[in-house]
Amino acid sequence: MANEPHQRWHRKHLLTVEDLSADEIGYILDTASSFKEVSTRSVKKVPALRGRVMVNSFFEDSTRTRTSFSLAASRLSADVIDFSVKTSSVSKGETLIDTARNIEAMGVDIIVIRHQAAGSAHLVAQHVKCSVINAGDGAHEHPTQGLLDLYTIRERFGHIKGLKVAIVGDIANSRVARSNLWGLTKLGAEVILVGPPTLLPKSFEKLGARVVHDLDSVIGEVDVVNMLRVQFERTKTSQFPSVREFSRLFGLTSDRFLKCKPDVFVMHPGPMNRGIEISSHIADGPQSGVLKQVENGLAVRMAVLYLVSQGQG
Amino acid sequence: MRTQYDESDVQRAVQGLASKIAQSLSPDKPLNIIGIRTRGETLAQRLTVLLSAKGFTQIGRGVLDITLYRDDLSTVGPTPMVRPTEINVDLAGKPVLLVDDVIFTGRSIRSALDALTDFGRPSVIRLVVLADRGGRELPIQPDFVGVAIKDAPTDHRVNVRLKEQDGKDEITVEPRG
Repeated sequence: MANEPHQRWHRKHLLTVEDLSADEIGYILDTASSFKEVSTRSVKKVPALRGRVMVNSFFEDSTRTRTSFSLAASRLSADVIDFSVKTSSVSKGETLIDTARNIEAMGVDIIVIRHQAAGSAHLVAQHVKCSVINAGDGAHEHPTQGLLDLYTIRERFGHIKGLKVAIVGDIANSRVARSNLWGLTKLGAEVILVGPPTLLPKSFEKLGARVVHDLDSVIGEVDVVNMLRVQFERTKTSQFPSVREFSRLFGLTSDRFLKCKPDVFVMHPGPMNRGIEISSHIADGPQSGVLKQVENGLAVRMAVLYLVSQGQG
Repeated sequence: MRTQYDESDVQRAVQGLASKIAQSLSPDKPLNIIGIRTRGETLAQRLTVLLSAKGFTQIGRGVLDITLYRDDLSTVGPTPMVRPTEINVDLAGKPVLLVDDVIFTGRSIRSALDALTDFGRPSVIRLVVLADRGGRELPIQPDFVGVAIKDAPTDHRVNVRLKEQDGKDEITVEPRG
């Protein structure tokens, strides 16, 4: 008979990491570690969400996030519907709300949404009664990615407090960077943001991070280095140096890797541009957490789906 | 109705369970003992020690968390914490002793049986409880009972406390507060 206190989770939606308390983040990570075991069973399924329906509504492309959410829902015995819209067909907020209401009218319990506009998940959550999970809204947040990165770091080091974590690349346009930054600072890590001045405004210091434009000046002191993907769709803009220059200054090359701490932990949210932001032998090497991140993403998303389904408001 | 069982009562009941189990199973065959979190796990540990002393040599152990199998998840109120299930033994073809502290409605045991089925097909599952308080809502009955608390009123809680978690061994029947 369970009689421990259970008042640590009440949320119906997961929209940002910024909203979460350190205690809530810890609760999600603890729950995820219990779910990890389910994937090791011969029957990789539990009936917790039997009869519930989750819809993936992706207004932007995604491979691993979408697959990971689908698989997480299946492992919890929920039914999964995929609803995809090409970027061009939905451009106005009102249409988004209409779309969400239509999806909800089909009897959906959880909407997982990825959209190019910051704040879109928030907007949808205000207009529907079901649960909403943000799977990436513009350059704002990607909370489940942030949480799975926290999980993977905690699994590797046993703790997060006191670690130094560098996040490297196009910070200004990165929702992964923001979700990581919020989560890491809440849990007591020191975050160093690294990128060219055009892609890393000084204003990030207000969020509690160190802002650095020279990767070599910090690479030797960090415990974790999280390499962001070079977003080629943005490299044509004037803010972005040439890909070659970017790679030389901010890529995790073999030479630069030699300057790292011997037990440095290398992360990348995927999809990787091998040879640009990260050298192949590092991505595939023993200090890479890349595949662990994907594996843990499944457990974290199971935990999030389970928790928002229990949440009251 | 008796409302208080002290340390010696609890220990005698656990000893009694071990003796009854030892009489019904053969000690030289494999046996898996699976405890339901949290106090079932502790009882399973104690039974393992006692049965080992009685000559059982091939005991596998596991812990079951039934949260994800409950039939009242949507109505239970505050979200129950999901804890890991740890069953690293092969259940197929071997007997399982499923251990819990109290049996009441039978719904926890129904959940536990569903969960166990996902791990394999034991040759037989026997249910061991420290306290049977009656009040079943499902056709599920224990095979081995430590203490029978006849007809504990439904508005009362039967609390099992064990040294390992609670600092002392006792069973109390108290009004729900």
